[in-house]
Amino acid sequence: MGAQLRVYRQKIKSAQTTKKITRAMELISASRINKAQQRVAASTPYSRAVTRAVSAVATFSNVDHPLTTEPARIDRAAVVIFTSDRGLAGAFSSNVLKEAEQLTNLLKEQGKEVVYYLVGRKSVAYFGFRRRSFVQSWIGGSDLPQFDTAKEIADAVVAAFNTDYKDGGVDEIHLVSNRFISMIAQVPEVVRLLPLEIVEGVEAPADSQVYPLYEFEPDVTKVLDALLPVYIESRIYNAMLQSAASEHAARQKAMKSATDNADKLIKNYTRLSNAARQSEITQQISEIVGGADALSTAGNQD
Amino acid sequence: MATLRVELVAADQAVWTGEAKMVVAKTVEGEIGLLPGHEPMLAILGAGEVRITLEDGNVIKANAEDGFLSVENNVVAVVARHAALI
Repeated sequence: MGAQLRVYRQKIKSAQTTKKITRAMELISASRINKAQQRVAASTPYSRAVTRAVSAVATFSNVDHPLTTEPARIDRAAVVIFTSDRGLAGAFSSNVLKEAEQLTNLLKEQGKEVVYYLVGRKSVAYFGFRRRSFVQSWIGGSDLPQFDTAKEIADAVVAAFNTDYKDGGVDEIHLVSNRFISMIAQVPEVVRLLPLEIVEGVEAPADSQVYPLYEFEPDVTKVLDALLPVYIESRIYNAMLQSAASEHAARQKAMKSATDNADKLIKNYTRLSNAARQSEITQQISEIVGGADALSTAGNQD
Repeated sequence: MATLRVELVAADQAVWTGEAKMVVAKTVEGEIGLLPGHEPMLAILGAGEVRITLEDGNVIKANAEDGFLSVENNVVAVVARHAALI
């Protein structure tokens, strides 16, 4: 076998192996998107109920609560970044990180210090490579988020929010994550979580409408104290679920195009190897014919 | 007669939704019974049983803890981190 031919065969084989892997990953992601979407849908009633309740309190009572009132000055902002644990998902993680960098620039322009909370191995690697510090990170399980993780994250950021600036606390919390729009569109999105920006879900009451008088048990402050962490949790959990669904969709898309590319490569190399084989055969034939020719002329001369 | 629209939701799923005659739940202050026409209310849920009496008199029971209860316009939402029907 000619050297050229052997090289092409090798390339075809390697493209075929790669294709097998990318194809398997594509199928796995495709089957997991559905589940991830179902989980998003299943958690929606909870977050809707929590959001309604929070906006009800915020709209219908005029209590001063640290979580709802905008602080006079904001010196430090926390940014929670949701990326994936694994790569091979196209621009999934880098889109979020880019968005986070933009947000960082914006916040720094406003004279705020920025601290980071990272979710997903990719963001940790990004920060580690650039030797940048972060407060806390959560890795593992980005493709199948658990509510307990969301609770941990929420506890950490709310604790930081409730700490004074002087003691290392933050005055503002932003989430940066991918929002799942469709199988082919996932958009990185920044949400300011705290202080609350009110809030989708409840239509603002018209001025003429009489506000219903809410009764709070035990009292307004305690209800808000209990409610707002729940709200933060549910927003974070929702962001994680959205991010997981987006991750699967992004990976499916990336792996689909990788499989297509492998197909194209295999086709090209097969063409090239056929041509190489054919030219080898042609050469051999002409050698044989030439040789036979030479022999017969040599025979005639005897 | 007006009925209550009840939504019992846990963090990861909706546990039960439907129409009901009466809801009894446990808040941190004690048990509370809700009938149609109740004033708007937000309460912190204590750990315990939620009993939902349907229009035909059947009772649905569920465990709910770690959450809150909201009443507004005859819509009762029992929202708990952990909730399950018994």
